[in-house]
Amino acid sequence: MLTDAQLSKLRWRCRRGLLENDIILGRVLERRGAHFNDDEHAQLLTLIDLADHDLWNIIAGRSDDYPAHCDAMVRTLREARVTP
Amino acid sequence: MALTIQKYDAVVVGAGGAGMRCALQLARAGLHVAVLSKVFPTRSHTVAAQGGIGASLGNMEEDNWHYHFYDTVKGGDWLGDQDAIEFMCREAPKVVYELEHMGMPFDRNPDGTIYQRPFGGHSAKYGEKPVPRACAAADRTGHAMLHTLYQQNVRSNTQFFVEWMALDLIRDAEGDVVGITALEMETGEVSIFHAKCVLFATGGAGRIFAASTNAYINTGDGLGMAARAGVPLEDMEFWQFHPTGVHNAGVLLTEGCRGEGAILRNKDGERFMERYAPHLKDLAPRDFVSRCMDQEIKEGRGCGPNRDYIELDLTHLGAETIMKRLPSVHEIGINFANVDVIREPIPVVPTIHYQMGGIPTNIHGQVVVPKNGNPSTVVNGFYAIGECSCVSVHGANRLGTNSLLDLLVFGRAAGDHLIATALSSKAHKPLPADAGDYSLARIAKLDSASGGEYPQDVANDLRRTMQTHAGVFRTQKSMDEGLVKVLAIAERAEHLSLKDKSKVFNTARVEALEVANLMEAAKATMTSAAARHESRGAHTVDDYGDTPEHPLGRNDRDWLRHTLWFSEGNRLEYKPVQMKPLTVDSIPPVKRTF
Ligand SMILES: Cc1cc2nc3c(=O)[nH]c(=O)nc-3n(C[C@H](O)[C@H](O)[C@H](O)COP(=O)(O)OP(=O)(O)OC[C@H]3O[C@@H](n4cnc5c(N)ncnc54)[C@H](O)[C@@H]3O)c2cc1C
Repeated sequence: MLTDAQLSKLRWRCRRGLLENDIILGRVLERRGAHFNDDEHAQLLTLIDLADHDLWNIIAGRSDDYPAHCDAMVRTLREARVTP
Repeated sequence: MALTIQKYDAVVVGAGGAGMRCALQLARAGLHVAVLSKVFPTRSHTVAAQGGIGASLGNMEEDNWHYHFYDTVKGGDWLGDQDAIEFMCREAPKVVYELEHMGMPFDRNPDGTIYQRPFGGHSAKYGEKPVPRACAAADRTGHAMLHTLYQQNVRSNTQFFVEWMALDLIRDAEGDVVGITALEMETGEVSIFHAKCVLFATGGAGRIFAASTNAYINTGDGLGMAARAGVPLEDMEFWQFHPTGVHNAGVLLTEGCRGEGAILRNKDGERFMERYAPHLKDLAPRDFVSRCMDQEIKEGRGCGPNRDYIELDLTHLGAETIMKRLPSVHEIGINFANVDVIREPIPVVPTIHYQMGGIPTNIHGQVVVPKNGNPSTVVNGFYAIGECSCVSVHGANRLGTNSLLDLLVFGRAAGDHLIATALSSKAHKPLPADAGDYSLARIAKLDSASGGEYPQDVANDLRRTMQTHAGVFRTQKSMDEGLVKVLAIAERAEHLSLKDKSKVFNTARVEALEVANLMEAAKATMTSAAARHESRGAHTVDDYGDTPEHPLGRNDRDWLRHTLWFSEGNRLEYKPVQMKPLTVDSIPPVKRTF
């Protein structure tokens, strides 16, 4: 579980220039954020360090250009694409 | 409490296209420049711009700035200031070539010139036929521009303060702007930036609406700060709806789609824009297309089980064109609508997109306010550029690609103006003794409050209310009701509570501070809209029909004027539209048909 401070910072860093990313990251944080373990947290931090379009290409499935250790989080993000 | 004070020649708030273009001009002139941004610069909303930058390069077909000028005046339904529009259209080729020389990867023609695509409202020969005028880098124009400008700024030693949120303007007893207060998110500390000039480039407030193409960051902070400091907001009733937001998601499908030949169809598969705009068809300006779509839906010709959307058809363009010119449209279709646009049409609705109004400025980016009978008295030390400003080149409705152009032209112009006034040799004006007190009191109030509502709950109510009462079609009754509701929500926003009161990286506190800014933008919008008794551009009111005296409900006799909204007392003033261009003949208002 993340501390409140970790979650708070993560929420801010998930504010993006692209609405597409805002929507998907927002969904994942809302559903799962508070229950992320350290590994998931680290994966997401790595991914959100990417430029907006690079991140969106990965989420959209157009690119697999991300570090291998982020595999699980990429899957989580991709699953969140389908409108609930 | 003694606050840390940092001193700069110029403080730019906002690292989108406008802020970075201006900062670059200043830093290259050797000025000491700080740029503050709530997020990492290249995550500013400019990154989302897809379609292009408008400039009459004439690389594809004959074009010139006079045609661009005419399109912009007409597109803006004559509310734009013609001096500013002339300035922007004449400067356009220059700023585009400058960007090219900085390394911007524009799409090219086989002969090496910049490729230009057609776009809604762009015409040659004064409306006679569409002309390709949009300069683009695939559908990543904003991204390419932002990265190019960021790299140039880093090279020129601009100092960036990332994840710093500007809170309030500091004005001295004479009303001059001498700095800002800002919150460093990482530490939760408030500092003062003491400056010879402050430039706002904080972007738009698109998140005052529920259905928006804008990223969550667009909360209109510059508008809030200006309004709280007594500066009016101009023409805030004018909000552009983009015709092609994905139904139920808001995500934008670039107008480049229609530029490349995509067609809007109703439930009968009819290309209905042929009926409304026989010349420009699907490429008529956005407000016009949005209203036609709304009309089709209202008259029962919408698509889907609820008849509540229109279909955008790209299938005839072919897989190759779609994947080459519009790859992100293909992606968005799959991810947000479950549609492969190569094979089937995609559901779209008009969605809030762009704020035409903002902080009033002149063509140098200087903020101007009414004083002693002069409607445009300069506020010393204060500039605004980009979407947060109203210069006003977009009038009642912006032409696609004119915003990125506005950022470049006026970002550069503000920089040039400051350099010409020999800013570096000027002294700093002293800070008032109570410089940081107002911001500290606002934060202390939030921290000590308990039992109030949470910021996001109030913000969501505001968004729903704005969507219902200030949407694409407006009625006087609905706007009047909306105003009462918005003022009541603003009252609730005075009593917010925070779940989290910690100091370090407290996103809840930042969001509460953003809500205060959203409220100012929403009050300005609703109040200005309810008071404008005509239809013009994006402000279309059902009550005002099409008569010979008032074509399409537009009333030039009484309403060819700019609105100025003041936060204090929620009051309005008006100022004349500048109908006189700099060097050419004025374009007189006529009925807007396409
Ligand atoms: C999806 C989409 C596509 C578009 N496509 C086009 C197009 O093709 N062509 C075109 O001309 N226009 C387009 N537009 C419009 C255009 O992108 C925007 O109007 C423009 O990018 C706004 O730029 P800006 O520099 O004014 O602000 P932004 O890029 O929004 O930047 C605002 C900056 O201010 C900072 N900021 C805000 N508040 C604070 C604060 N309190 N403290 C510190 N920093 C703060 C932010 O961090 C950010 O850096 C599009 C808009 C959207 C939504």
